[in-house]
Amino acid sequence: MNAIKNLKPSTCNNLINYGMVLVFYIVVQILVNAGVLNNSMQGMLVPICTYVVLAVSLNLTVGILGELSLGHAGFMSVGAFSGAIFWMISGSQMSPVVGFTLAIMIGGIFAGIFGALIGIPVLRLRGDYLAIVTLAFGEIIKNLLNAIYVGWDSNGFHFSMKDVSALGLDESGEVIVNGAIGITGMPKASTFTAGTILVIITLFVILNLITSRAGRAIMSIRDNRIAAEATGINITKYKLMAFIISASFAGMAGVLYALNFSTLAAKKFDYNTSILVLVFVVLGGIGNIRGSIIAATVLYVLPELLRELQDYRMLIYAVVLIAMMIFNQSPQVLAWRSNFVSKISRSGIAARFIKQKRQSEEV
Amino acid sequence: MEFLSYLINGISLGSVYAIIALGYTMVYGIAKMLNFAHGDVIMVGSYLVFIGINQMGIPPLVAIIISMVACTLLGIIIERFAYKPLRGASSLAVLITAIGVSYLLQNLALLFWGSDPKSFTSVVTIPPLKLANGQLVISGETIVTIVTSTVIMIGLMLFVNRTKVGNAMLAVSEDKGAAQLMGINVNYTIALTFAIGSALAAVAGVLLCSAYPTLQPTTGAMPGIKAFTAAVFGGIGSIPGAMLGGVLLGIIEILSKAYISTQLADAIVFAVLIVVLLVRPTGLLGKKINEKV
Amino acid sequence: MKKALSMVLAAAMAFGCVACGSTGNSKESTANSNTIKIGSIGPLTGGAAIYGNAVKNGAQLAVDEINAKGGLQFSLRVEDDENDVEKSINAYNSLKDWGMQVLLGTVTTQPCLAVAPETAQDNIFLLTPSASAPEIVAEDNAFQVCFTDPNLGTAAAEYIADHNLATKIAIIYDSSEAYSSGVHDNFKQAAAEKGLEVLADEAFTSDNKTDFSVQVQKAKNSGAELVFLPIYYNEANLIIQEMNKQGYDAAIFGCDGLDGLLTIKGADTSLFEDVMLLTPFAADSSDELTQNFVAKYKETYGDTPNQFAADAYDGVYAIWTACEQAGVTADMDASDVCDKLKEAMTQITLNGLTGEGMKWEASGEVNKTPKAVKIVNGAYVSME
Repeated sequence: MNAIKNLKPSTCNNLINYGMVLVFYIVVQILVNAGVLNNSMQGMLVPICTYVVLAVSLNLTVGILGELSLGHAGFMSVGAFSGAIFWMISGSQMSPVVGFTLAIMIGGIFAGIFGALIGIPVLRLRGDYLAIVTLAFGEIIKNLLNAIYVGWDSNGFHFSMKDVSALGLDESGEVIVNGAIGITGMPKASTFTAGTILVIITLFVILNLITSRAGRAIMSIRDNRIAAEATGINITKYKLMAFIISASFAGMAGVLYALNFSTLAAKKFDYNTSILVLVFVVLGGIGNIRGSIIAATVLYVLPELLRELQDYRMLIYAVVLIAMMIFNQSPQVLAWRSNFVSKISRSGIAARFIKQKRQSEEV
Repeated sequence: MEFLSYLINGISLGSVYAIIALGYTMVYGIAKMLNFAHGDVIMVGSYLVFIGINQMGIPPLVAIIISMVACTLLGIIIERFAYKPLRGASSLAVLITAIGVSYLLQNLALLFWGSDPKSFTSVVTIPPLKLANGQLVISGETIVTIVTSTVIMIGLMLFVNRTKVGNAMLAVSEDKGAAQLMGINVNYTIALTFAIGSALAAVAGVLLCSAYPTLQPTTGAMPGIKAFTAAVFGGIGSIPGAMLGGVLLGIIEILSKAYISTQLADAIVFAVLIVVLLVRPTGLLGKKINEKV
Repeated sequence: MKKALSMVLAAAMAFGCVACGSTGNSKESTANSNTIKIGSIGPLTGGAAIYGNAVKNGAQLAVDEINAKGGLQFSLRVEDDENDVEKSINAYNSLKDWGMQVLLGTVTTQPCLAVAPETAQDNIFLLTPSASAPEIVAEDNAFQVCFTDPNLGTAAAEYIADHNLATKIAIIYDSSEAYSSGVHDNFKQAAAEKGLEVLADEAFTSDNKTDFSVQVQKAKNSGAELVFLPIYYNEANLIIQEMNKQGYDAAIFGCDGLDGLLTIKGADTSLFEDVMLLTPFAADSSDELTQNFVAKYKETYGDTPNQFAADAYDGVYAIWTACEQAGVTADMDASDVCDKLKEAMTQITLNGLTGEGMKWEASGEVNKTPKAVKIVNGAYVSME
């Protein structure tokens, strides 16, 4: 007990995050083995992991660095395609674990490179202008991937921006990326276990980054750029660092996502997907990593649970989204809520609980 | 000659973007929020006009006026119930709510009007202008769109700069708190901004669908994003900037389709946008923001 | 605390919605153990919603008719996938939980490419009404009601060449759509073999499909006599209007995607005169089966059915015929049903809306020939 008390609050907080993921994993495994979990839920496990990684990594840009990005799906697609192409060519011939790990790493590296390419010029923009540039970047990537043809034969890679016949493949050749149709017939590799491991790695890296010296520098840029600059913090370096890490985790999530299905097309990675992830981040609380995890899980499962509503499904989803935003963010509602909570909390135990919570939240 | 004809097509497309962008920039300039639902208000406005003309047989002009009134009301309702409670919250929260409203409108339209595309009958009856022995054709829609967007741009500029209400809007956009202290009703002013923006959306919808006569619940989405891009391109918040941005965007899009690639046109448009923003970080006509320390 | 509270509330809200949804939807659950459960997946919302809704309606009509006959009883459930691979897999899993025995879907090609391997693995019978890529039927459990893309593209090129419709051709197609680019690629190949000259080959994408001024102008400038449109009718409507605006008077030839042109509300159908298309289904065909179907469809849904609705209608009847042939009963599990239907599918012959005497190859492709029709006075006229 004492050992726990002596931990730093941030460490304690982080442990709760890991614990939450592990408990979720174990509960799911038990349910699966007991045959209780239905197909629908089982099918959603890997996408949930993907969106959790995406939300946590976007939260690094939006919440910790304080820059709005609307192009997260772009980085995801770079990772997805590079990882999937590798997996199609050679990954599937290796042992699954090695091949899959390499694919994830390749996806992460490529997305990171793109993060740097985009980040270096655009991070001097601010606010809504940065947002529109990231949106533009996402659209450009999608547009290019929609028009790209990649083939592979004994002579190596072939690229074309025209059509399949322009690839000029020999007999042994096979088309890997077929324009807008993308990749088809891919062996699936993602599992819930792999997804959970990726979530834990993401949390480990990002949570440690936040509590590190670099993380404090990044947050100081968010809180007051000029003051941060005045204290000698290298703005560009830390901004870029956050941006690249965020992008490369998005890329890894992309690989996890891609290898969960037997096809992959660029159309998926449009601005709607970026927005979806942003919704997770904002609803979970900007800068609140645990909120991102919970929001991504709940909001991903929500539309699937609403399937019973048939035609009204997306309508209800939209209404719930608006209602949750107002409930969570409206100053009046928040005031009303804290009033309400403090009324309840006059009875002793609740008050103590809330006080503890407040303290941990403030840190 | 070929080039000129592409250029005219570009201006035609651009003026449609411009008229949508004017609505965006108006709301952004005063309420400081990205109203992602603007494109969907356009869609609703177009449906109303379509129903008025094709199903109820109302004369086009009356249908347009009804649609403008309805969109104005819709704008006020959206503002009152979705955005007003979030005044004072982070701008991201408002952005996400706007996206929620956008989903809501799309899905309501789907339920009410179905998913099958409607072919919008052009409300423009002006015959096309033929130049250079008919080699160069400027359609009536193009002429009307350009004229309307110019008139609206000038009207908006006069309204904002010359009238008392317009000045109140400027004051609110500068500093809400101070404006309130000066006796300006902030809530009323912002609601009015939305009302004007939504009425503009109805006009934009009619012109969009006259130029490109198809109507689906998703009709407003992509033009909405393009117009938003155009508004940023010209300097978001700036009324002439929206006009300039829209027209330039249209020209760039058509010319890159014509001379580079039809498939990559969007990529090129967005790439140009990025380059412009790198050179001029607040858009072509955007005000430079001086940072206070 | 606040966050936790709000999350709990949000979750409660979500489950509340689900709860009221499931009670409000008890009509659906009348599907008891005496019915064969047919699942279907298609875009019911979003940009491609028209196709999914058409399939839903067409299939429902067929199911109602079959159930009224009193023999085998079907229950149908259509899930939304928004034309998205991920949602489609989710919908598929959700249908499996429902106890789906046969899958009539998916409607659109891209999701179907992902769902088909899943059905092969689970051994669930798949009959897609409208997903046209040849890869979909790679496994032996999968069959198609519609033509495959190569089939259509080649047929179109051959038809144009054999009937001397034109030698100078322009193509405008949707490069971001699997169906359109599939037909396009095969058409180009076949056109080259047949000595047709493709002078302009212009693409558009699903994000940029309202302004066709450039594509049309390029086609016009190339001097093509015929414009080949392997696309869906909504975009075709815009292209035809643009051609009219620019005063470009070329012949227009399309595939089954153009079917529906005449049903667009508010369209000036005089512009569609002389448009030629290869289609298996024509809503104003004079045979009794089609007329019945169209009348019923209009009565129930207030719309003229398009090709997707007809394909789905035929699909349900194909499943029904195959079930009768193989003696499938409602108490069998999906895998047994699949094994039986796989065999029966190649034995049956179906006189449907989209073809007389349709037969299926073991490969999963349907054996029917596309008919060429021409629009004359606002109606289809056979070109033979």
